[in-house]
Amino acid sequence: MSLDAVLDVIAAACLLIGALLSLAAGVALVRFPDLLTRMHAAAKPQVLGLLLVLLGCALRLRTGVDITTLVLVGVFQLATAPVAAHMVGRAGYPHEYIRTDLLLTDELAAHLDKVAAGDQQDPAHA
Amino acid sequence: MTPAPPVDPPRPPLTRAARRRNRIIALTGLTSVWVLLWGTLSWANVISGLVVAIILLAVFPLPPVTFAGRIHPLPMLHFWLRFLQDLVIASIQIAWLALRPPGKPPFSAIIAVPLRVNTDLNLTLTAEALTLVPGSLILEADRTTGTLFVHVINLRSREEVEEFRREVYALEARIVAALGSPDELRRIRENPPSPLDLEGASR
Repeated sequence: MSLDAVLDVIAAACLLIGALLSLAAGVALVRFPDLLTRMHAAAKPQVLGLLLVLLGCALRLRTGVDITTLVLVGVFQLATAPVAAHMVGRAGYPHEYIRTDLLLTDELAAHLDKVAAGDQQDPAHA
Repeated sequence: MTPAPPVDPPRPPLTRAARRRNRIIALTGLTSVWVLLWGTLSWANVISGLVVAIILLAVFPLPPVTFAGRIHPLPMLHFWLRFLQDLVIASIQIAWLALRPPGKPPFSAIIAVPLRVNTDLNLTLTAEALTLVPGSLILEADRTTGTLFVHVINLRSREEVEEFRREVYALEARIVAALGSPDELRRIRENPPSPLDLEGASR
């Protein structure tokens, strides 16, 4: 088997696994119980799935110009996916989208209570 | 959020040399993005990239991010290998949770982890990496105390919660080992996550 054929097979495997992981992320979005667990699905299998698809594309295309663009897509995905998950999670946090009955502990609630108490005290000090 | 005064550690004003160093790092980063976008490394691309980067930095000045340390190649490699391994494990874990037969939904927890090195860079990198490793998702970061609030999925008991807290500290230690200054490395060494820290974390 020539090198080209080997690379093509690896590229095909990467594309398939990446697509399956993205599919799993989609299923997780539907099946998970609340907003925060769903954001896990949007952050992890989806990012790895995309990275694998990019790797597959890079192995198939094999041209410098394309590969640099794919590298940039991967880097920005790694840098921005956690931020997106953070923003959505934070926006949804104190609302009813979160199943508190499934939480073992919630240390953010205590912190927010403290911050809110501080907010009320501040005008008194000023 | 309340604009409480930063308590720990006091951030000294940036010296001229530190500011120049930050600017050089930003210039290098922006120029390499430009060259990667064009796809070929040529003088024309590098010079036009530098011009664009200088204009960008002049028009949109970046808030000062102090990068006091330097890149340590071997710990950096260790961090990346471990990170990729964690990303694969995390993806398989979530995929399994999604595809397994219906049953009781997994328990989660929201925990507070006060980091040992309270710099913007460490806070950001740890938060970003945490979201991509198994089980955790960053929910909120408190910059004044350097505390991360992390949502953890697929837990069974309180013991597993404490175990996860130790994993967050291990991740922070790997990041500081890869990028930290001697002072930050010392702070990590001198403050192993003891039971006392963990108690303090659950205040």
